[in-house]
Amino acid sequence: MAISQMVGASIKRREDPRLVTGTGSYVDDLPETAIVHMVVVRSTDAHARILGIDTTRAKEADGVIAVFTGKELLPEFGAPLPVTDCFVPTKKYPKHYPIAVDKVHYVGEPVAIVLASSQSAAEDAAERVEVRYETLPPVTDIEKALEKGAPIIHDELGSNLSYDVKFAAGDIEAAFKEAEVKITQRLIQQRLIPVAVEPRGVVADYKTWARKLTIWSSTQIPHFVKVWAAVILGIPESDVRVIAPEVGGGFGSKIRVYPEEIMTALASRRLGRPVKWIEDRGENTKATHHGRSQIWDVEIAAMRDGTVLGIRPTQWLDLGAYCSQFGTFQVLGMLVAQGAYRMKAFDGRAVGIYTNRTPTDAYRGAGRPEATFLIERVMDLVAQETGVDPVEVRRKNFVRAEDQPFTTLLGLTYDSGDYRITLDRALQMVDYLGLRREQAEKRKQGKYLGIGLSTYIEICGLGPAVPTQAAVGVSLWGMSVVNVHFTGKATVIIGSSPHGQGHETTYAQVASDVLGIPVGDIDVQHGDTAIGPMGMDTYGSRSTALDGNAVHISAMKVQEKAKKIAAHLLEAAEGDIVYEGGKAYVKGTPSKAVTIQEIAVAAFQTSRLPKGMEGGLEATTFFDPANFVWPFGAHIAVVEVDGETGATRILRYVAVDDCGTRINPMVVDGQLHGGIAQGIGQALFEEAVYDEAGQLRTSSLVDYLVPTAADLPSFELEATITPSPVNPLGTKGIGEAGTIASSPAIINAIVDALAPFGVKDISMPATPEKVWHLMHRNGGTKR
Amino acid sequence: MRRRVAVTINGTSYEHEVEPRTLLVYYIREQAGLTGTHIGCDTSNCGACTVELDGHTVKSCTMFAVQADGAQITTIEGLAKGSTLHPLQQAFWDEHGLQCGFCTPGMIMAAKQLLERNPNPSEREIRLGLEGNLCRCTGYHNIVKAIQAAAKVMAPGAEAKAPASVS
Repeated sequence: MAISQMVGASIKRREDPRLVTGTGSYVDDLPETAIVHMVVVRSTDAHARILGIDTTRAKEADGVIAVFTGKELLPEFGAPLPVTDCFVPTKKYPKHYPIAVDKVHYVGEPVAIVLASSQSAAEDAAERVEVRYETLPPVTDIEKALEKGAPIIHDELGSNLSYDVKFAAGDIEAAFKEAEVKITQRLIQQRLIPVAVEPRGVVADYKTWARKLTIWSSTQIPHFVKVWAAVILGIPESDVRVIAPEVGGGFGSKIRVYPEEIMTALASRRLGRPVKWIEDRGENTKATHHGRSQIWDVEIAAMRDGTVLGIRPTQWLDLGAYCSQFGTFQVLGMLVAQGAYRMKAFDGRAVGIYTNRTPTDAYRGAGRPEATFLIERVMDLVAQETGVDPVEVRRKNFVRAEDQPFTTLLGLTYDSGDYRITLDRALQMVDYLGLRREQAEKRKQGKYLGIGLSTYIEICGLGPAVPTQAAVGVSLWGMSVVNVHFTGKATVIIGSSPHGQGHETTYAQVASDVLGIPVGDIDVQHGDTAIGPMGMDTYGSRSTALDGNAVHISAMKVQEKAKKIAAHLLEAAEGDIVYEGGKAYVKGTPSKAVTIQEIAVAAFQTSRLPKGMEGGLEATTFFDPANFVWPFGAHIAVVEVDGETGATRILRYVAVDDCGTRINPMVVDGQLHGGIAQGIGQALFEEAVYDEAGQLRTSSLVDYLVPTAADLPSFELEATITPSPVNPLGTKGIGEAGTIASSPAIINAIVDALAPFGVKDISMPATPEKVWHLMHRNGGTKR
Repeated sequence: MRRRVAVTINGTSYEHEVEPRTLLVYYIREQAGLTGTHIGCDTSNCGACTVELDGHTVKSCTMFAVQADGAQITTIEGLAKGSTLHPLQQAFWDEHGLQCGFCTPGMIMAAKQLLERNPNPSEREIRLGLEGNLCRCTGYHNIVKAIQAAAKVMAPGAEAKAPASVS
């Protein structure tokens, strides 16, 4: 489609006036009437049998209304928490109920809930709940978990292994036989805590006599929560309404049906009063799922000229104590680990393991950062081993424009893209050759400049219904309703559930473009299961590729009907009607136009409609595209490593990204900024650390470091635009691209800076201490 | 056990009995009903609860309500004048300095004092000045731009910029 007035315009967000004035309502800001506060008593042991829970003293405390243990609540759960297939339908997993009954499996697992008239009363009483544990030896190490004699976390599974599956194609033996260069490397994806600045929170209100349940939750997936709350609690889905009010960030951490959503609803049903639970940050670090926590081992077969023949990666994924709802989504990393490159053979193995730690699940990028980190480190390892410049190694192995649509060894088909163009532009932006000269000069002065590349490709826009049903276990599509009102203003309802992504603005632009109604007159509604038929919510950089396009299609349907009505009003043939700029007229006579307002009036004054036409001016779309979308780009980090302190300073961060059509470029860049920062956080600062007893040592923002403004540079962004051929707007996703690309760019830059010290790899986070030790391990001697 | 606290918030007087352990942020949110001040951590790291108290920015989770007795407090709700946004609010909007918006009230309150103390800060000074406020969405890039833009508008002698309307 043509770029028109609205698509491609950096329009200021319609969301912002309420948010900059503090008048948006997050869960904790909702008005409270007769509300009951819930505090969750959580396991202090990583692995233990529950011998007994004494709630007597808690029940006697001031303000306490009720205390429930897992044993008391268990009979009310009609089903355990959901687990989707996510690439490994053969995996073994335990039933996971919202609250522990006989055994606890990680520090932070719910064991009892306390309900009181105030938050402080509930907290005080929670301290009086006495749980007697028989401590069992914990499993806190992925590798030790599979050793003979390791403690078994879930007795019913017989071992701590969930799955061990292959993803292979091509003749890997032949590749290694042919290889002139063989490299073996271990890469660690450390455990990460997502840290949305708003922790989770839930208010549930079950109206006993109306038999209706409303849940307000800080979630990315209100529609999934509605379905599962109905199933688990045995309430008709039609009587359950879930609302995601303002949501203060998600990053994947609010993508699953959580125990607290079920337990607040259950408590409300028992008490006949609304119940509120607000997670505090210490609780959030344990009760909200973690990300990554994987070991990747890779063997590389390559030639002296930098050609990569094949790779043999193994992903050891720490599922934590349970298989979370999308816990094995991270296996996607194996499916897309081929990256932007051609190769002859791929021999992947994915292993899922239980440990006595907080369950892991999607965290910004979910599988794709792991894949990108792997393949981008592979490119640099090959460069280092062969002496071929990392730029040349990439160029040599790139999927070429003429190969598109390119099908990977594992059978995924890329939609479009010329990866050389983004790389070339990024190299120009940093003056790559000039930088290499500067690097050589600085090394002579004892200063260590590093240049790191990351030429990523990403699968997103989840996704076509057939492959997502087969792979993930859910049919994913986009949904929209576009409804033009009597006065010619419009409401757009979407199936996505934004939490910072600006859908209210972006999708108003999409609808405005088609209907000619001003953006300010189009209200985009979301995050409420009562307003639209169904939605697949927001994660996996899917919303604009799916729901955004669904808005476009619904608006086109409305335009079609508007043209029919206009033809009737103008007494002309429908085929002669032109619709543009919010007006319809007979071709050649634009002065005699009817406006969308006039058409809308006629749509409701149904006596004025053509015979047989139904009233209203509204359309609904369930959009199922032909393929995923595949954004790509080139990121370059320029860092300087301080020889005295080991600290890394990012001098420049340059990114050229291609996400197809950019509806609101300002919003797209904003997504990239935040994404890049989060990947830098993983590369330099963040790590969830457990001790051998399974206690989380980083359970506050004092110990778990997320990047501050002072840690980051400004980012230099440019774009190329290769419209996706699989949706009418030509859009691809952009929510995760920054995170996917930036961690390897930073690590490649640090390794490059440390090359004079013979350093070939550094694990994340590359803390000053780690860097310093690598620089001084041989008494500081340089190679 | 309960203690009487009287404060002025955004020009309005409030007087309540509170438990001595009540943190100022809970007082502001629950007693005064001003929920624009947010709570994002329990260790005074995130800065989402930043308010102005007697001319100084404070993280309102780091003090008790009783310590604020008699204080003049400004929260995010007190910045706009009628339908005109404060230049910082306007600049955060103009420059896309927010996404989910949860850190934004604290970020704006911190930025306000930063500019009052240093009307023409360098990028580095802005970044160092924001160290006590965490944002997970924006990578701070546009927050820095917003504060630079607001600095220009707020500089002594600068003409007041008319608020822009939607789209």
